[in-house]
Amino acid sequence: MEVWYWLVSWLPFEWAAADSMYFMKNALLAIFVVTPLFGLLSTMVVESRMAFFSDALGHSAFTGMAIGAICGLAEPVAGAVLFAVIIAFLFTIVRQRTTMASDTAISVFSSAAVALGIFISTLGGQSFTKFNNLLIGDILSVSPGEIGLLAVILLLLVLLWVTSFNQMMLTAVHQALADSRGVKVFWKNFLFTAAIAVVVTITMTWVGLLVINALIVLPGAAARNIARNLPQYHLISVLGGLVCGLAGLMVSYHLGASTGASITVLLALWFFVTLLFKGKR
Amino acid sequence: MRFAKQHHTRIPMPAKPGTCRLDVKNLGVTLENDVILRDINFQLNCREIVALIGPNGAGKSSLFRSILGQIPYTGAIKFELAGGYPSQPKIGYVPQSPSFDRGYPISVLDFFAAAISRWPVFLPVPRSLRAKVEECLSRVHGEALIDKRIGTLSGGELQRVLLALALEPIPQILILDEPLSGVDVGGEHLLMEMLDEIRQKYDLSILFSTHDFSTLRLYADKVILLQQAILKVGTPNEVLRSPEFQSVFHLNLGQEGGDA
Repeated sequence: MEVWYWLVSWLPFEWAAADSMYFMKNALLAIFVVTPLFGLLSTMVVESRMAFFSDALGHSAFTGMAIGAICGLAEPVAGAVLFAVIIAFLFTIVRQRTTMASDTAISVFSSAAVALGIFISTLGGQSFTKFNNLLIGDILSVSPGEIGLLAVILLLLVLLWVTSFNQMMLTAVHQALADSRGVKVFWKNFLFTAAIAVVVTITMTWVGLLVINALIVLPGAAARNIARNLPQYHLISVLGGLVCGLAGLMVSYHLGASTGASITVLLALWFFVTLLFKGKR
Repeated sequence: MRFAKQHHTRIPMPAKPGTCRLDVKNLGVTLENDVILRDINFQLNCREIVALIGPNGAGKSSLFRSILGQIPYTGAIKFELAGGYPSQPKIGYVPQSPSFDRGYPISVLDFFAAAISRWPVFLPVPRSLRAKVEECLSRVHGEALIDKRIGTLSGGELQRVLLALALEPIPQILILDEPLSGVDVGGEHLLMEMLDEIRQKYDLSILFSTHDFSTLRLYADKVILLQQAILKVGTPNEVLRSPEFQSVFHLNLGQEGGDA
């Protein structure tokens, strides 16, 4: 971290001066880790038509967090990750068995999950305010150790993508075709869903339930408008997420608004800009 | 167009005795208490082109999926190599005109490379792999399609790309689910000529389903009329002139029916 603080001190911003505003420097580093994470997931979420699905997973993650807290786990996040992976597994089965879970079914799952979470966390007249940070999120609260955790998650996701991207993509495009080429369709679906679940659950504390899905969907949706092939698609998705993330952090610093919301607003603007260029590729 | 129009001179390919053979015996498929297929018996010999016809919902796709091992079935599906050795066949599968989202930024190269290699295609494809994909596409005269986005291909172009994919690695059985739907008339003949060329070149058998009866007499060695069970099997003329064919498709064309 010392190296990072030293590097940042060269930047021409008032918060970048040495020995001050560590939370901004931490947040800056966290954005460098988190936005590529979302950028990579994003294209696959968009192409698998899992946007709504990942939203539901976010809600389940919140419930998992509440259950984890109730069970007295030292780290509610561990409980939440476990819960989200279980939900991901059940979702995958439902998706496989029925003719693709409809938006109604997803909505039922997701509202049930979030209601259960609020029910558990307010049992016996407890205040809900301690969970507020899960709804809005605060990336300025990220600690160096947590950035390390995020970096590990990013590394794992990149590994998963390097080994399984092709098969997950074929599965998303055409299941029967993927199956005929020896792809284990169910497990690839599950791996991908579990990856979303883990990323959503772990980043929720800093990004917030209310904007996390925007971060998952928007980079890919914007890149889709202007990319011509998969390498471009992923490059634009990751870079777009990164640039909007950095700009969002600056905007929130100067205007005093929530960082997650600022990033999302910028990403939405970026999406509409790409939409203008859609026909020209 | 690369192919000379010489449809009528093509000599049907008799199955050589002792070559490879797919043997379907007493096949039945039941899904959620609905009988989809029952008492299916037929053989597919090496180098044969067999067409599967029948109305929608007759079980054509289910038959394919059971041969591919994608759905549970009763009965037996056996494959024998030349000389009668039992074996697990390599099957190339061309799915029914999949609808690719026009907006999906995936090139033919990306898609192809993802299916035939382990190189993660969100990174730029290396030159050697590109050359390999080009070679595969050249089998269907589709090298020029390599950088096109999949969603912008015409029906015929997409079928050729999927056919090239099914031919890598070269299979022993090629299964095509309605390869002619969404393909214009010129494209139909191009595709069927290509299949004819392929089965001779690579010594494989072809099983395809179609609603386009005009192609049967020119290209199919054998036609199977399917509606839950096999109603009629024989040469194109035998099947197209049969009363079974006319009753299934509600034709009342008299003696010379079947020219539909």
